[in-house]
Formats: sequence, C-alpha cells, structure tokens
Amino acid sequence: MAEPVLTIEHVMKKYESQTVLYDVSLQVHKGEVIVIVGPSGSGKSTLLRCINALEEIQNGEIRLGDQPIRSGAKDLPQIRQKIGMVFQSYELFPHLTVMNNILLAPMKAQHRQKEEVKAEAMTLLTRIGLADKADSYPRQLSGGQKQRVAIVRALCMHPEILLFDEVTAALDPEMVREVLEVILQLADQNKTMLIVTHEMQFARAVADRIILLEEGKIRDDTTPEEFFDHPKTELARRFLQSFEYSRTSKGDNQGLSDRPRIPSAQYS
Amino acid sequence: MDWEYVAKILPLYGKAAVLTVRIGVLGILFAILVGLLCSVVRQMKIPVLKQLASVYIELSRNTPLLVQLFFIYYGLPKIGIKTDPETCGVAGLAFLGGSYMAEAFRSGLEAVGKIQHESALSLGLTGLQTFRYVILPQAFAISIPGITANVIFLLKETSVFSAISLMDLMFTAKDQIGLYYKTTECLVLLVVFYLLILLPVSLLGSLLERRVRHAEFGT
Repeated sequence: MAEPVLTIEHVMKKYESQTVLYDVSLQVHKGEVIVIVGPSGSGKSTLLRCINALEEIQNGEIRLGDQPIRSGAKDLPQIRQKIGMVFQSYELFPHLTVMNNILLAPMKAQHRQKEEVKAEAMTLLTRIGLADKADSYPRQLSGGQKQRVAIVRALCMHPEILLFDEVTAALDPEMVREVLEVILQLADQNKTMLIVTHEMQFARAVADRIILLEEGKIRDDTTPEEFFDHPKTELARRFLQSFEYSRTSKGDNQGLSDRPRIPSAQYS
Repeated sequence: MDWEYVAKILPLYGKAAVLTVRIGVLGILFAILVGLLCSVVRQMKIPVLKQLASVYIELSRNTPLLVQLFFIYYGLPKIGIKTDPETCGVAGLAFLGGSYMAEAFRSGLEAVGKIQHESALSLGLTGLQTFRYVILPQAFAISIPGITANVIFLLKETSVFSAISLMDLMFTAKDQIGLYYKTTECLVLLVVFYLLILLPVSLLGSLLERRVRHAEFGT
C-alpha cells in the first residue's frame, strides 16, 4: 500500500492535569474520507488541532507524508500550507473581502501570482454559487455562505489533506445542508479528508471509515455500514442510540427509562 | 475686548500655534511608534523586553509630563547629552504618549480573537505575516477611538511646554498677560487657538474611525 498521507502514531495530549488523548494512532491514505464521531469532550477537536500543531503533543508523532509535524518547528508554516483546516466558527478575516480572504495565504505564503489564484478562486466560488459575493465582506454573508467561503479559502492552498472541525455546528439547520453538500462534492473528487461531525446521516454518506473516539481513545474503526447497521461494540450502539428519540409524540412515555438521555454523556 | 490689541498679537499666536502643532505632531508620531513597539513586545511575550516595556509604561503613565520634561531638560545635559528645548518637548511627549498609545493598541490586540490567529497560522502564514495581515489591521481599527482620544490629550498636554521656555500657545498667552494685563483678550484667543487645532483632529478621528471600521461593521 502507498505511503499514508497522514500518520498519527501513539499521540498523547495532556493539559496540565487532564489527559485528552491517550495513545491515538491512525493512518489516512490518499483519497480517503475519515469521519471521527464521539460524544462531546472525547477529544475529537483536539485531535484535529494537534494535526496542524495548534496544540502541542506530549508523546507520539504526527507525520504528513514523511515530514514530522512539530509545534515550534521552523518548517511548520510550510507544512501547514499542505493541511487545510476549516473551523466551526468559520474564522474568515472580517477586515478583508471574500476574494482577499481567499487570496491572502496563496499570495503571501505560497508567493503565487495574484491573477492565477484569483482565477482559481473565481472558479471555485462559481461552483458553490457565490461568485457574486467575491467583493462582499464576511459580515454581509450568512453563516452557511461564510463556511463555504472558508472551505474555498482552504482549497485554494491545494492542501494534501483537509480537516473539518464540526463545520456545521454553529449553523442554522437550513444552512447545514449547503455546507455538507460542498463537502460531499469534495469527497467525490477524491480529496483526502478528516471530518469531525455530529451529523450522523452525513457521516454515513461521506465516510470511507468511521472512527469512534471516546475519552481520548479510539474505540471503533470501521466502515460506515458496519458502524451504523451492525455496531460491534456496546459503546457504538449506545452512542448511536443517543441520536434517536424514543418518544414519538408528547405524552408517549414509552421507553424513556432504558435509553440514554440526549445528548448522551455517560458510558460505563 | 480690545480688538486692535487682538489684531496686533494675532501673528504671535499664529507662530506659537505652529510651534505647538509641530512639536505635537512629531511627539505623537514617536508616541505611536513607541506604543506599537511596546504592545507588540508584550503581545508576543518576548522575555526581558516585555518586562522593560511594562516598567516603562507604568513609569510613563504614573508621572506628570511636567516632571518628565524637567528630567529630560535638566537631566540629559548632566549626563552629557546636549539638547534644545524643542527636541526635549518632542521627547517628553513621546515618552508620555508611548504608554497611552501602547494601552490603546493593547485593547485592540486583545479584542482580536485567538482563533483568528489560529486560522491564519493554519493557512500556513508565518507568525509575522499573521500579525501584519490579519491581527494588526483588525486591532488598529478597534484602537482608533482610543488613539484619537490620546492624540487630543497629548496635544493639550503640550501646554506645559512653556515650563521649558518653549514659545508655544500657553507661553505666549502668559507672556502677553504679563506684559499688558489684557487677560480677557489673551485667554479668549488661547481658547480659540486650541479649538482651531483640536476640533479638526476630533473630526478627522471620527472620519477615520468610520472608514477603517467600515469593513467589519458596515457604516
């Protein structure tokens, strides 16, 4: 098998007294879409942040291809150029127009020609239906539009892997779809992606592999069919149940007691 | 009001106003530079320099400009540095203003979220590029009202320059009162001249604020 795009080996992440990730290992191959699911506080976002060294790791190693990613290393900006990251809160730069948001890093970090990047940005913006917003400021866009621009901004760097950190969690329900559809398109183009999400249907539709993370450990690593239709572990079953309501209407109290509350938190 | 007298001393006030503005502008430019340096050093948490900046800021903010001017005017020659009153005025204003500007910039820098920083870094920008293209423009826009207030404050503070025999507006007014006892005329003119200098600054400040913040907040 070809060399993995991303290799995570025995990664341990600790904040002062609390350990967030215990010995996490994972390989991501070219064109693979991996969705990480798990209850809140399980370390999903932290894992993504460790990958582009926004968080320091205390043990283990993360490599992009064969280049180790270390916080504080001189070549970190070069490596980060190859890792696209999309945040929950979009994080467009509010003082720049949509186009200048997209142009900034390719021009300043990769020293590419403005016209070339601009043409590429326009193509991508057109594809997601936002060509007419190129000269707008972020404050003039809806949340869903901002998030799609953030995805284009990451794409224009031609990253080897894209990280999505709960990119629809801050959106109104009707805008979730427009963002997820963009990500589905990227999956169809065989982009390598690592996605943290709470949207289970989306996870199933987009993933090649589902990883279940809980309390900083990988508890399941399987295909979406296996995970959703035949969950092997008790933990996975419980986790999936937490997304279902056992009541179908008000006053129908059946089954409330034998299923975890929403959102589910405690697993023994 | 003795209008004939007013007409006679108008040119003197004009000259004094030019001196006030010249020292004021130079001093404020240096103050902004010092303030920016201090706030960057503190923001980036550069060891030693960070502590030095803090000591300077506390020293500068918590002593009166008059005292600072005396130290510069009488103190520097004692350690062998020859200066003229005008340079002392500029240096004094920069020393006092630097800390105020540093605080104005700090509030702006702190208002830009940490995750904006992370977002820029994750695009592969270096720390310096992140600061220059992402953090500073936003921080500056937020700092503008504070900076404008400081500029006005510092221009007014130039009125203590008369103490080191700089012939600024205050000096001229006091001088004239001493010579001819035309207190009303001299003081009214003093007010008019300060207003002539400061009102445009106020106005310019709000214009600049609106322009710079347009991107983020609309009009």
